[in-house]
Formats: sequence, C-alpha cells, structure tokens
Amino acid sequence: MFYRETGQFKTTYEADSAIFPILQDRIGIALMLAVAFVVIPLTGSDFFLNTMMIPFLIFALAAIGLNILTGYTGQISLGSGAFMGVGAYSCYKMASLFPDMNLIVLVLFSGFFSAAAGMIFGLPSLRIKGFYLVVTTLAAQFFLTWAFIRVAWLYNYNDSGAIDTLPRKAFGLWISGAEASPVTRYFVVLCIVIAMTWFASNLVRGRIGRSWMMIRDMDIAAELMGVRPLYAKISAFAVSSFYCGVAGSMMVFFWLGSAEVESFDENQSFLILFMVILGGLGSIMGSYMGAAFIVVLPVALRAAPEFFGITVNPTNMEHYTIMIIGALIIFFLIVEPHGLARLWQIAKEKLRTWPFPYA
Amino acid sequence: MSNEIMPGDVLLELDDVSLSFGGVKAIRNVGFDIKKGEVRAIIGPNGAGKTSMLNVINGFCHPQEGTITYKGVKRHDMKPYVAATQGIARTFQNVALFRGMSTLDNIMAGRTLKMHKNFFWQLFYYGPARAEEMEHREKVEQVIDFLEIAHLRRTPVGQLPYGLQKRVELARALAMEPELLLLDEPMAGMNLEEKEDMSRFILEVNGEFGTTIALIEHDMGVVMDLSDRVVVLNYGAKLADGTPAEVSSNQDVIDAYLGVAH
Repeated sequence: MFYRETGQFKTTYEADSAIFPILQDRIGIALMLAVAFVVIPLTGSDFFLNTMMIPFLIFALAAIGLNILTGYTGQISLGSGAFMGVGAYSCYKMASLFPDMNLIVLVLFSGFFSAAAGMIFGLPSLRIKGFYLVVTTLAAQFFLTWAFIRVAWLYNYNDSGAIDTLPRKAFGLWISGAEASPVTRYFVVLCIVIAMTWFASNLVRGRIGRSWMMIRDMDIAAELMGVRPLYAKISAFAVSSFYCGVAGSMMVFFWLGSAEVESFDENQSFLILFMVILGGLGSIMGSYMGAAFIVVLPVALRAAPEFFGITVNPTNMEHYTIMIIGALIIFFLIVEPHGLARLWQIAKEKLRTWPFPYA
Repeated sequence: MSNEIMPGDVLLELDDVSLSFGGVKAIRNVGFDIKKGEVRAIIGPNGAGKTSMLNVINGFCHPQEGTITYKGVKRHDMKPYVAATQGIARTFQNVALFRGMSTLDNIMAGRTLKMHKNFFWQLFYYGPARAEEMEHREKVEQVIDFLEIAHLRRTPVGQLPYGLQKRVELARALAMEPELLLLDEPMAGMNLEEKEDMSRFILEVNGEFGTTIALIEHDMGVVMDLSDRVVVLNYGAKLADGTPAEVSSNQDVIDAYLGVAH
C-alpha cells in the first residue's frame, strides 16, 4: 500500500534502467544518506563511531570487493584478508616514503598494489574452478601473510613487527593518528566508501558487470557471446582486490591505528566471505547488510544491557552475544539461503501487494 | 577481408573433416557446405556427431583433419571468441542461458561484442557508457518485440518455462546479429503450439534478415518443411546430402534413421 510503483511510468530506457527505478526507493536512499552525512556525525558518540560505524563502512567495502569476485563473477576466494593486507602494508610504505603526499590519495593508490597481487593470484582461476580455486586462493593468503612477517622492509624494520598509523593531515585536519577525531575519520571513510560503492554499482550494471555474470552463470555460452574468460576473470580479481586493498589500508589508518599480521589472516578472509554469503551473493546492498550483521550486531548486543540499564556480567554477555549471533545466522540462512538482500527483496514484494496476498 | 558473399554463394565449407576424442571417432571425413541465406538441416540418429559438427563450426572442438572455409577464408585453430566476432551465433541443446540474470540482461549479453566503451567510462556510467548502453537496449527491444517476449523482460530466466527459455536463447543469439546461426535442437521438448511458434520465428529470421541457419532437429516434419537442404550423418559419417525430398526417399537414410511407416 505504501510501497507501490503504480503510476510511475517510464518513458525512456534511461529511466527504466536506473539503479532505483521506484520513487520510494530513491527517497529511502536519500534519507539514509542524510542520516549518514548529517545525523550520525551530529549525534553519534565517539564510541558509536569508533566501534560501529567506521568498521561497518570499512568491512562493507571489503565485502563489496569480495562480492564482485564471488557474487558477480562466481570465483570463490579466501584471499581477501591478505589482499587487505597488501593494501595496508603498501599504504604504510608509501606514507613513510612520501610523507608530504595526501594520505587519502595514498589510501586509494594502495588499491593498485592489491589489484596487482589479486591479478597474479587470480591466474589459476583460468584453469581451476569452485572448491579447488578456494584452495589456490588460500595459497595467496598463506604466502602473503608469510611475506608480512618475514619481509621486515614492509614494516620498516619495527621491533614489534606491526605497522602503526603515521599521523597525517589533509585539508588542514588530522585524518589519521592519535589527534584525528573520530568524526573526521568517519567522514573520510564515508566519502571513500560511498564513492566506491557508486563505482561498483556502475560497473556491475554495464557491459563489464554483465560479462562477469555471464562467466559466473555459464562460461561456455559466455565465451560464445564474445567474452574472453581471461579478461573477465582477471579484471574481476583486479577490481575485487582493489576494493579489499583500499578497505585494508583504511582499516589501519582510519580505524585501528596499528595492525599486525593477525589482522589480515585467514580468519579475516572467512569473516568477509561470511558477510558476503549472509548478505547476499551478487548484491551491493547485501554487502552492507552482511557487514552490518557481522560487525555491528555483536558490538550492539554487547552494549545493549548497559543501554537499557540492565547489569549483566560482561563475561557472560560475551558468551550470550556469540550464541545469539550464531543462532541468528542459522535462522536467516534457513529462512532465505540467498541472503539478507533477497529477504529484503521479498519483503518489498510483499509490501507492494499488501494487504492482499498477491497482485 | 574477403569479398562480399551474396545469397546463394557458399558461406561455410567443410572439407574432409575428422574429429576424434581419444579412440572415439565422432566425425569421419565429413564434407558439406552451407550457402548464404539457406536453412540447412543436420539430421541423424543419436550419437551421429551432429552436435560435434556444430562444435567444430564455432570453434569449441578443433578437428584433427580437414579444413573449414568460412567466408572464403580457410580456418585453422579458431577460438569460440573469434567465431563470435566473425558472426557465428548458436543456441544449445540443453538451454545454456545465464540463469542468474533477467531475460533482458540475457539478451543484452548478446550485444557484448558490439559494445566498446572501456572500463573508465563504465566506472562513471553516466555519459558515453550509458549512451552506448541505451543504443543497444533499443536493438534488444526490437529482438524482444520480434520474438514476442516483452512481458518477460524482468523475469529471471530460471523461472521461465522450458519453451520460453528456448525462445530467450534464440533472442540472445539474434541480438548478436549473426551471419550464421547454429540451432541445436531448437524444438526439443516443445509441444505442438510452441513448435509452430518456433518454426515461424526461424522462417522469419531467415526470410527477413537473410540470416543463414544451420539446425539440428529430430522432428522430421519440421526439418522437411523448414530446410532448403539436409545433410544426414550416421556414426560420424555422411550418409546423404540433398533437398528434403531427395533425402527422405534415400534408401540408406530410411534404413538408418527415418524408418518406414507401419
């Protein structure tokens, strides 16, 4: 009743192929952007920004990256943690070599190093499919984490073996380091993530995105329609790793402040893969939903008792959180194996015809 | 480039082609030609090598012996991608649609080779990439109109009934604006009405766009009515070649495949 496209006629192909062809969706997105850009910076506490919003955005970007590879191109990868690492370490290296460069430029540029690594480790995908490809991407994971430990040059021969944030200013404000306020860092991350989301959604609805999906759905027919598997798969690996790399360097510079190799190990790769599966393969929106579920929900659950004035032993609450999250994952995957994005799609479909069961 | 090929000239010529998979000889010394503008049928019992023949033509299989001349150019090792750029499109015996995509996207996929805007234009979408996209959308809409599937535009192809999936697959091949269209059992598993529709589309494609068609089909009524010439394969070898009337009265063909009315 409230969500209905009746009367919204499309008279051009441009209007018909818009990202959000339905007016209500456009209003919804505008509201969300307003909340993200105005309401949250004005009202959000440092705790909220630091533990929820900034990691949520960073992991959403990594999830979009993996979704391009796994959801859109059908190549399952367990190397996203390592590709995040490539971004983080190359950004750290560049930031220490070129102290005067704008850090935001370096963060974006670090994606290219990660993309190059992704292209190299994506080469086996030309011969290997499915579960076997997962194993070869694990090789990337192990090799790169090994390099992050053994190649001391990467972390400037620190005794700790960790990479620390280098305090940097941009546009007259501290954007990284101890002096940077959470709001500034939030804005930087938000702008990068929104822009890259827009780019990703452009890519997946055009020729390149279609050729990725063609390879995913039926590679033989795709080849016959003129898609070259080499170009399609390697470009998907490159774009995907670019996104993961930028997410990785943002993670170090705008969120954690310092990172060791553990931040980029296979657990991280698994987490991102779970976000993608839970959120919805082949959906940009799903990447956000998956990231919200895995990153924000646990923190929110842990903070919930205090928020409502109930006292619960923190140790117990930790266990409750893990149990609740686990149960919810199983619940959602049983209700809709195609992820939260599909669930949202179904809900909208129901809303369209409500109060009738079908149109 | 070769000279313009006029209707009636030989578009594709197979000469003495043999293909084997290990010890299995799928095609033995077969030679025939396809003329521009005709409907050429390939028939034969199961396992006769009909689909292998199509695979050879569009570059999936590389024959061990023999030559293939397409548009006057002798071909050696050809990748399917190259065949696609040369104007060879095909449909599959078991529907090979992109099941995760909508009908519209499936047909748009057929335009892939005709779209050229590079990665950076695609990143920004608005501007040249969108202009190109819309230009091809219009072409796709013409195909959609032609095949009467306008109501299915937004439906994921996985949800379509089998007969319509076959039609979408034909639409996808037509969107490539092919010169030579290979149809692998376009009417398998269809009811009479769907077969009639499909026959009508094949004749119209052939008649209006002048597309050369090579089809494999088991429904003899369809084959004899639609095709200009028929080649019969049996155990990988050519059994007969000629007009439908000649082939259907050939005693070898009757013994091996057609049988006699009881």
